[in-house]
Formats: sequence, C-alpha cells, structure tokens
Amino acid sequence: MTQTAPAPIIAFDRVTKRFGALTVLDDFNFTVAPGEKVTLIGPSGSGKSTVLRILMTLEPFQEGTLTLAGMSYQQPNGTGPFKAGERHLRQIRSHVGMVFQSFNLFPHMSVMRNVVEAPVRVLGLSRAEAECRAVDLLALVGLADKKDHFPAQLSGGQQQRVAIARALAMRPRVLLFDEPTSALDPQLVGEVLSVIRSLAHEHDLTMLLVTHEMRFAREVSDRVCFFDKGRICEQGAPDQIFTNPQQPRTREFLASVLG
Amino acid sequence: MEWISYLPSLGRGALVTASITLAAIALGGAAAFVAGIARVEGGRIVATLALCYTELFRGTSLLVQLFWFYYALPLVGISFEPVTTGIVVLALHVGAYGSEIVRGALASVAQQQHEAARALNFGRMQTLLHITLPQALVEMMPAFGNLAIETLKLSSLVSLISIADLTFRAQSIRNLTLDSTTVYTLTLLGYFLMSLVLMGLMRLLERLVRRGAAFPRAAHS
Amino acid sequence: MYGFEWDTATPLTYAWSILPIILIGLTVTLKAAAAGFSIALVLGLVFALLRRSRVKAIAWTTSVVVEFLRDTPLLVQLFFLYYVLPDYGLTLPAFLTGAIALGLQYSAYTSEVYRGGIEAVPRGQWEAATALNLSRTDVYRDIVVPQIVPRILPAMGNYLVAMLKETPVLSVITILEMMGLANMIGERTFDYLVPLTMVGVIFLLLTLVCSAGLHWLQRALPKAGIPLQ
Repeated sequence: MTQTAPAPIIAFDRVTKRFGALTVLDDFNFTVAPGEKVTLIGPSGSGKSTVLRILMTLEPFQEGTLTLAGMSYQQPNGTGPFKAGERHLRQIRSHVGMVFQSFNLFPHMSVMRNVVEAPVRVLGLSRAEAECRAVDLLALVGLADKKDHFPAQLSGGQQQRVAIARALAMRPRVLLFDEPTSALDPQLVGEVLSVIRSLAHEHDLTMLLVTHEMRFAREVSDRVCFFDKGRICEQGAPDQIFTNPQQPRTREFLASVLG
Repeated sequence: MEWISYLPSLGRGALVTASITLAAIALGGAAAFVAGIARVEGGRIVATLALCYTELFRGTSLLVQLFWFYYALPLVGISFEPVTTGIVVLALHVGAYGSEIVRGALASVAQQQHEAARALNFGRMQTLLHITLPQALVEMMPAFGNLAIETLKLSSLVSLISIADLTFRAQSIRNLTLDSTTVYTLTLLGYFLMSLVLMGLMRLLERLVRRGAAFPRAAHS
Repeated sequence: MYGFEWDTATPLTYAWSILPIILIGLTVTLKAAAAGFSIALVLGLVFALLRRSRVKAIAWTTSVVVEFLRDTPLLVQLFFLYYVLPDYGLTLPAFLTGAIALGLQYSAYTSEVYRGGIEAVPRGQWEAATALNLSRTDVYRDIVVPQIVPRILPAMGNYLVAMLKETPVLSVITILEMMGLANMIGERTFDYLVPLTMVGVIFLLLTLVCSAGLHWLQRALPKAGIPLQ
C-alpha cells in the first residue's frame, strides 16, 4: 500500500475495549483501505476476533472512535452498552457483513429463505427479486441444488457456504470472516476456502479474515497483521511476514503454528 | 340404565367446559405471549409490570382469584357476567404460567442467532418476529400442551361461581338423584376423554409448528 | 366466629380483627398440604416402582391409572371421594378425604419425578451393582435412593408449592381452610374484598418465600456436586 491511499473504509482510532478487568484492545489504531484483503493472525485471546465483533457492532467499546465507510461512532465517557443510537448503528451495519465460526444459519428457514429473508425484510426488496439474486449467489457458492433444504440437512461446509451467500446477499462493502473454517471437519475446509478465494478476486469488496489457515492467508491477503495482547505487533505483506518476520513474538508464533 | 338419562345434561355441561377451556387457552395464550415477550424485550418498566402480573397470578390460588373477581370486585362497582369472569380469570391465571414458558423458550434461543440477525441488520422487532420467536415456538409446544390440559382441569373451578359446566351439572344431578357413583364416574370419564382430545389437538399443533425438515430431531421433553 | 368479634368500621380495623381467624385457617391450609404431600410422596413412589414392574400388565395398568389421575380435575376427584366412598360404607373425616384427594392428584406428578430420577441413575451404576451381586432391594436402598433424593428435591418442592395453592378447593367439602373462612366472613359481613385480598396476599407471600427457598436449593445443590434433573 505505497500509492497515495484513498480514504480508509475502516479506521480504529485509539479504541480501548475491556471485558470487566481484562483489557482486550488497548489504545488500538488500525486502518483498512477500500478493497483491501487483510488477514488477522495471532494467538487466541489476542483480540483479533474482538476487532471483527466491534466492526459488526456486536460488542461495544469503552474509548476511542470507530469510523466505518465515512460514519463514525464512539462511546462518550466510557462504560456501558452502546451509546450510539440504534438507527446510527443500523446505518453502520448496512455496510458490513459477517461470516461466523459456527455458521449461525437460521434453523427454521430453508436455505433459500436464509438468503432472501434479510434482503426482503431489511432492504425492502421484493421476494421475487431477492430470490433471483439468491439463486445467483447460491450458484456462486456451488449450492444451487440445495435451495429447498434446511440447515440441519447440510454438512458443515455446505452450511458455511450458505452463510457466505447469506452475508453477500446484503451487498456489504466490508465482509468479515471470523475463523470460518475452525468448526469444520478437515475434509470440508477446502470447499469453504475455495469460495472465499473466489471472493478475494472481487475488486471492490473489503475483506477482513481471522483464520488459522496460514497458507491460505498468505495466498489471498494483501496484508497480514500479527496480533499480540490487544495490539498489532507486526504487519506487512504476506511474503514479508511469513518469510522474514521482524519481531521475535511473530517468529515464535509462526514457528509454533507452521511447525 | 339411569346413566343414559344423565347424558344429555352432562353433555351440555361438557360443551360449556370445552368452550370455556378453549376460550381460556386462546386468551391465556395471548396473555402469555404478551407478558413473556414483555419480560424479555420490554424496557425496565414494561418488564417489571409483566413480572408483577406473572407473580401475582402464579403466586395466588386460582380459586381465590375467581372468588375475588366474582364476590369482591362487584363490591367496588365492577361486575361482569359469571361466564366472562370465569373465562378471563382462568385465562389470566394460565397466561401467567404460560408467560414463564414463553420467557424461558425465548431465553433459550442461542445468542449466536441474535448475533447473526444483527449482522444481517435486522431490527429488534424483526429479529423477534422472524428469527427468535419461530425457533422458541418449537421449544414451547410440549410445555403448552401440558398447560392446555391444566386449563381444562382448572376450568372445573368455574362451577363454584355458578357456571353450568360439566362439574356443575354433575353436582346438580347428584343432589337430585344421590346416584354419586354413576354421576362422578361419568364425569371423570368425560374429563379424561376431553383431555385425550385436547392432547391430540396440541400434538397436531406442535407438528404444524415443527414443520418437518426444519427441526428433524424429537423435542426434548 | 371462634369467639372473635370483628370491626368493619374501616378496611384496616376489619383486616386486623379478622387476622386471627385467617391465621387459624392458614394452619389448616398448611396441615392439609403437609398431609396431602406426604400421601403424594409415598403413592407416587409406589406408582413409579409399579411402572417399572417386569410384569407388563402391572406396568401398563399403573400407567393408565396415573394418566387418568393426571388428566382429570382435582375438584371432581374430591367430590368422587367425598360422596362415593360413604355409599360403600367408608365414611372418612372431611380433612382426611381432602388430604387423600390432594395426594392422589399429585401422586401422578410425583411418580413422574421419581421416574425421571430413577432413569437419571446411569446404566453403569445398575451394572456395577449387579456385578457386585447386590439384591434388587439393596440396589435401591444403597445405590439408587441416595443418588436420587437430592436430585429430585427441587422438582418435588415445586409440586409442594403448587399443592399449597390448590388447597382452597378443599373448602367445597366443608374444610375450613384459609379461603373457606375468608369466604364465610365475607358472607356474614357482605364485604368480601378485605378477607379475600388478605388470603391472596398471604398466598403470595408463602409462594414468594418458597420460590426463594427453591431457588437457593437449585443453586446450592449443583455447587455441592449434585446434578439436577
């Protein structure tokens, strides 16, 4: 990212997040350019998932400012639940989508309804229009033939691919992946990664990925950030981080996960 | 064959019992959802009001409630037809129990479902109506089945505020004929039969809610 | 009544003057619930064991009886006992009839609690006991009961509270428990509001206290290493 950068789509400005006495993010600064694909790696508990959850407005934070697609919000004087109004939060959310570790499909809805429900209810699309788009998205994730199945009838890998289609149906500018393959049997990881890989070619989509699949991270990312104790300890191009890490903590971590 | 001559009267009583029970289940169900949802989703004031309603009607005896509305309220100038009193009090009573079922089922919906709904930008009301409540409904059904039977049984107490239900008719016939064994055996069988029918209806309703493929596993009762 | 005078001048003096009578009624209420629940505890256990009988006919008949008791109203069961038994020469005091009716109705519930408790004892325990060559009686006495009793306490407690709230039904067979007395006072003074409200408040206090106790039990038992049903 050496060219004159456009305004970042995501900016954490001195954000601090605490769970009780535990400080998860400490005076955290972080920006992402539009269209950038960023992977967050690091030991568990280092705060990388919390970054995604704050972006999705699933977690409030205590100090600092978060700017997302030009809209800012903060928590004036500290503690408690979201100080920002629900309307403002919903506006921010409309730019962001999230894929969860445990898929979190709606068990009482068919695959098709999982994908069309939010576009119809939230975006106000007609059901026909939403279904038309859903068919395309399900084809994209390779599940066009499963549209009338229920989540309980699908494998974990298939459920996660539906979850990706569901998130894409809201046309987010930023898509967050929170350990999308960690809950999958090893033989099902590949099919999900290949869908994410195809999305990485989308020029306009900004992607933030938390994962333990290091080879995959190296392959799809523009930038890799190594997290340690609520801070970004080291970041850079994937080749640099994986072949020539500067920080001892990064080296230690990579040695432990790459074996 | 005296018992045959009791049947028309007992039958009319059974019809009253069935009507009151069904009306109380419908009304009580509505009260249960309103109070249960209010406890989970309402602000502090609304949730506290709902809690007070639940505790008040669960914490006192149904017969005390019936007499209170039937004998005591008219003294301060508020009175209804006995049938109205019977249905409303019975509905409020079972509604209070039902609200606990609704609250528990809503609370048992996984937190991840709320998060998924939020990630798709659903509003609070939309999340409740389209995501959490439909899932909670499946959880509620077995408990609601038991509550329906409970409503039928408790409906016998309305005979004590002079409503001519099955129990009331049985009492009248017995007082006339002193044929206690026959009359009460028939009455007990009548209630048992109605219970079985009601159970069948609730199972049917549960199957409708469950909708086959979405919830393939049997309910944990 | 009971040698008490009452003063209906204001609701407050009225309430104060009838409080002793209501409290006498409360003792009857508590006694009835205690007697009824004792019967339910014993009878429920008998039903639960009979349902596990190896003789199919016994197990099946017990299931039908329990289902019948559970699905018919307490009030009608009460009338049945009160009016039918004397026809066959069995005249019991009203209080005993009431306690038996409560006990019968709730034995259907308690038998389910026992059944759940027995089934919650892991299979391995039965097998271990068999391997040790213990008799069936020994298995129940030394293995099953000590494991089950703490587990079923909260569920049983819930039914005790439920039964307590159903005791006013006994007033229809002339038992002067709390509500029956309140009603009688109402009939004499033409003011039902105060006595019935008092009874309601006392029931509310009773249930709130019991619920708090049960709540505590449900927290304390798992902490003591006893899983709940």
